[in-house]
Amino acid sequence: MLARRIIPCLDVKEGRVVKGINFVELRDAGDPVEQAAAYDAQGADEICYLDISASPEGRSTIIDVVRRTANQVFAPLTVGGGVRSVADAERLLEAGADKIAVNTAAIRDPALIAACAQRFGSQAIVVAVDAKRKAGGGWEIYSHGGRTPEGLDGLAWCREVADRGAGELLVTSMDRDGTGQGYDTELVRAVATAVTIPVIASGGVGELAHLASGLEAGADAVLAASIFHFGQHTIGEAKAFLAERGLAIRI
Amino acid sequence: MIAIVDVCSGNLRSVERALAQAGGDVIVTRDPEVVRKADKIVVPGQGAFGVFMRGLVERGLGDSLREAIASGKPYLGICLGLQILFDESEEQGPCAGLGVIRGVVSRLHPGDPALKVPHMGWNRLVQRTRDPMLAGLDDDAHAYFVHSYHAVPVDLSLRIVEAAHGIPITAAIRKDNLFACQFHPEKSQHVGLRILRNFVEAA
Repeated sequence: MLARRIIPCLDVKEGRVVKGINFVELRDAGDPVEQAAAYDAQGADEICYLDISASPEGRSTIIDVVRRTANQVFAPLTVGGGVRSVADAERLLEAGADKIAVNTAAIRDPALIAACAQRFGSQAIVVAVDAKRKAGGGWEIYSHGGRTPEGLDGLAWCREVADRGAGELLVTSMDRDGTGQGYDTELVRAVATAVTIPVIASGGVGELAHLASGLEAGADAVLAASIFHFGQHTIGEAKAFLAERGLAIRI
Repeated sequence: MIAIVDVCSGNLRSVERALAQAGGDVIVTRDPEVVRKADKIVVPGQGAFGVFMRGLVERGLGDSLREAIASGKPYLGICLGLQILFDESEEQGPCAGLGVIRGVVSRLHPGDPALKVPHMGWNRLVQRTRDPMLAGLDDDAHAYFVHSYHAVPVDLSLRIVEAAHGIPITAAIRKDNLFACQFHPEKSQHVGLRILRNFVEAA
């Protein structure tokens, strides 16, 4: 039986780890490779880097980070942020990423999803979706790190990217990200029901019970940052807690 | 010397590093001659079957792999490195494989809408027989899978490890000198590193 995955996420800027609080307030917490190795040792099921470098020079540093990570971490690695083309994806995969995540570029050019899937296989293509609740119900898709509303319906976009060949969806609630109030479980449930590819819940974890809520809402994997990042909990503690709740977890 | 066959389909670094860490003398190669001279062969692979097979054939690697396999050299296939041993795949096809093992690679249909495709994540290895490649793994060992197609051998006794995803999935096969796994040992932490070490240390 497939275990649900616990994925610590590291925000990386100019080759260093930061954690965005509502994507604005940043705190430096060191070398991403060391962090990734620590999570690996704790039994993380996968590790995610989100590159939030603003400049092309900054973005080139992620290649080196990925390469150094692949040299010592024998766990799956997903890298997102700044992937604009098949060539960008190829550089990251060759450096040692297992999956690349695309967001804004997929909105600008949805054909990029199929192009990447054709070249690398769907299993290597994650589409990251930033969704925010609409006043009248449902969710709207945002781009550019959650700053730009796109006028796209959340669930319709999720279905479209799955049809175009995405292998997985990373769904972040803009309403909950950085709040510590827990995932938008209605969003998680709606997306997990709408598509047949795996769904990673993201945005809002403040305590271990939130991870359970995300999985119970139908997520195949849960992503969190600060709850692990600042030593509040280890991956092992999270897994023991979730296993105790009766969820399928790899201990 | 262990030849890691590079078909230009992504990430070989982890495989290379893990084998080297286990004490293997490894070389990453696209050269059929190097494959012919190697003592052991590793074919890792991710991506799409058709693209991968075309890459093999264009480089003349298909024949050198068939020869190496026929000569009895230890062969370790990973993911696509397992699938290409079969007669053909539905992915981007039908598309012919190396035809070393009778059977086809078909789209995964778990039969339960709650079970997603790709089959992505950590699943328990259900070991049907003991095999030297599995030495040191306990009954609860999990490995990392990521695939949308799966290989079904005509001779099911070749399927020495299964994983459950709605249906039993081929997790590893053994046929003489061939050991091939659908999961990624290079991404499966201590479980995978042990399998790779078993391959390096096998006579």
